Amino acid sequence: MTLNRRIFLGTGAAAAATLAAPAVFAAGHGKPRVVVVGGGAGGATAARYIAKDSKGEIAVTLIEPTRQYYTCFFSNLYLGGFKEMDDLGHSYGGLAAGGVNVVHDYAVGVDRDTKMVALASGGSVPYDKLILSPGIDFVDGAVEGWDLSAQNAMPHAYKGGSQTELLKAQLMAMPEGGTFAMVAPPNPYRCPPGPYERISMVAHYLKANNPTAKILVADPKEKFSKQSLFQEGWSNHYSGMIDWIGSDFGGGNVVVDPDAMTLSIDGEVTSVDVCNVIPAMKAGHIAELAGVTEGNWAPVNAADMSSKADADIYVLGDSAQQGDMPKSGFSANSQAKVCANAVRGALTGSKVFPAKFSNTCWSLIDTNDGVKVGATYEATPEKIAKVDGFISATGETAELRKTTYEESEGWYAGITADMFGA
Amino acid sequence: MGSLAKSVVTLAALAVAGAGWASEIGDPEKGAAVFKKNCSACHDVGKDARNRVGPQLNGIYGRTAGVVTGVTYSPSMIRMGNDGLIWTAETLDAYLENPRALVSKTRMSFRGLDDPQKRDDLLAYLRVYSDNPANIPEAEPTARGTDHDLDPAILAIQGDPEYGEYLASECQTCHQASGANDGIPGISGWPDEDFVVAMHAYKRKLRPHPVMQMMAGRLSDEEIAALAAYFKDLE
Repeated sequence: MTLNRRIFLGTGAAAAATLAAPAVFAAGHGKPRVVVVGGGAGGATAARYIAKDSKGEIAVTLIEPTRQYYTCFFSNLYLGGFKEMDDLGHSYGGLAAGGVNVVHDYAVGVDRDTKMVALASGGSVPYDKLILSPGIDFVDGAVEGWDLSAQNAMPHAYKGGSQTELLKAQLMAMPEGGTFAMVAPPNPYRCPPGPYERISMVAHYLKANNPTAKILVADPKEKFSKQSLFQEGWSNHYSGMIDWIGSDFGGGNVVVDPDAMTLSIDGEVTSVDVCNVIPAMKAGHIAELAGVTEGNWAPVNAADMSSKADADIYVLGDSAQQGDMPKSGFSANSQAKVCANAVRGALTGSKVFPAKFSNTCWSLIDTNDGVKVGATYEATPEKIAKVDGFISATGETAELRKTTYEESEGWYAGITADMFGA
Repeated sequence: MGSLAKSVVTLAALAVAGAGWASEIGDPEKGAAVFKKNCSACHDVGKDARNRVGPQLNGIYGRTAGVVTGVTYSPSMIRMGNDGLIWTAETLDAYLENPRALVSKTRMSFRGLDDPQKRDDLLAYLRVYSDNPANIPEAEPTARGTDHDLDPAILAIQGDPEYGEYLASECQTCHQASGANDGIPGISGWPDEDFVVAMHAYKRKLRPHPVMQMMAGRLSDEEIAALAAYFKDLE
């Protein structure tokens, strides 16, 4: 179901009738109200920090459909056999205990005039400040032959949970010597090194379980994140297994056929056993419904992550068009803290400190072979601008790569505790 | 032609630097006494040196931290070594001044040598048992680093814990508030002076970790003090 703003306004009477819904309202009466849509790295963090730091002065409601959240970050490690699905699952009990009113529902519309968020179950929630952190959705028609109805035959596995499990099951069921294909996404997209870490993890699995299998990657880009590190790793660990076809060799000219299980790259048709299609991405649909997107993404002001279209709406993480930060869980978490500080200041007059942003992305190439890239950022009038950065080097010692992998595990424990308050 | 001329100039410069090294890094004979008093209970150096509580120190210059086999190191020393900490005149000097400033939870239970002259003498003494730099002009520690001593005024800054709490939210993406220590060290409850010295060691790239060098690199003296004030009281 889709609900645009005009239609939603038309149902105003119905919405008003549900205003007394006590589950949504009891905590909020008389206090400034913050509603957060999306309980991932941006939304969960923002909800937790506002509730924690306002010490009960602000009523915080988090709208998130899933009761158990499976992180997309580290899901490649599940594909590679380094993590169990349970390791990636997190409940919202810690947030509820921390004073956040957690509503398991879909936000299906935003009325910016009356400042209400409509829920799929029929209720609606009023806000003084609305934080949208809905992650990504896919651009219709981005890969010829693929749409959401084909996601079982050709999974994207680019949202954590059931899609990830499906791709793993297909990987495990591949015939001996079969072909695993990936259609990589164009920029900008969630987690720039993600597709290439995934290739590494699939190769790790196949090397141990199906060593004559091949991996074919069609990529609409000429180059990709951490390319020299991945290519060094692929040649060291998975020599001869991976065929990466960039845009200069037609990697962007792709047609898939989910019924026939074929992939055509620049006119050359290949039968494949698994086809992981990662289409072009756009902001989560609710951002579009709220009318805060321009093109595929939602432009924001760097100083506080407020929408350029509406000063009472903030957009975090993958959906935001903010400047130089990559779309990542780490970035969303970093932006959430800046936003939480600004929102709290706006609603309670608490001190607002200057925005500081940072990001680090770790990737695993093979057992104990971890690499990372990261940067710090600041708010300028135009955008979030990069200040300084670093990247792992090719030829690093095995000890350093192992330390880097262990560090990534420490980071996972750290960021999930920071998001969910567990 | 140009490169030949440059080589000649470089050689001349090295000759001058080589002649001056003794006075720059101290007196090895005085350093022997400093070593005996402060180090010899745990460390050997020289002929027949062997590992004791601490590693033997022959060839310490240019050695990666935490790699001598048969020695029990702290996890933080091993991590520093993996991250690329190499013992040079500069890093040894920082370590000897305040061991925890460079390696937070080092097993070396030595409070540090405040007197820079004593450190210089000790460094000169240890260097006798590393490759002889008189014969290898480019070897450590001919290239003496800049003075790393932290201005006492920086240590005296009283940090604002409220600002520290905001800034700390960035640290806590990786360093868990619970103080958990797996893969990434816990920093809750860290004594504030050690915290300040350590952050400045990252800022000056004495400590090796690239993420921390970057994160500390953009923190002002006041911001470091604010973080220290916040973390010291975090349970």
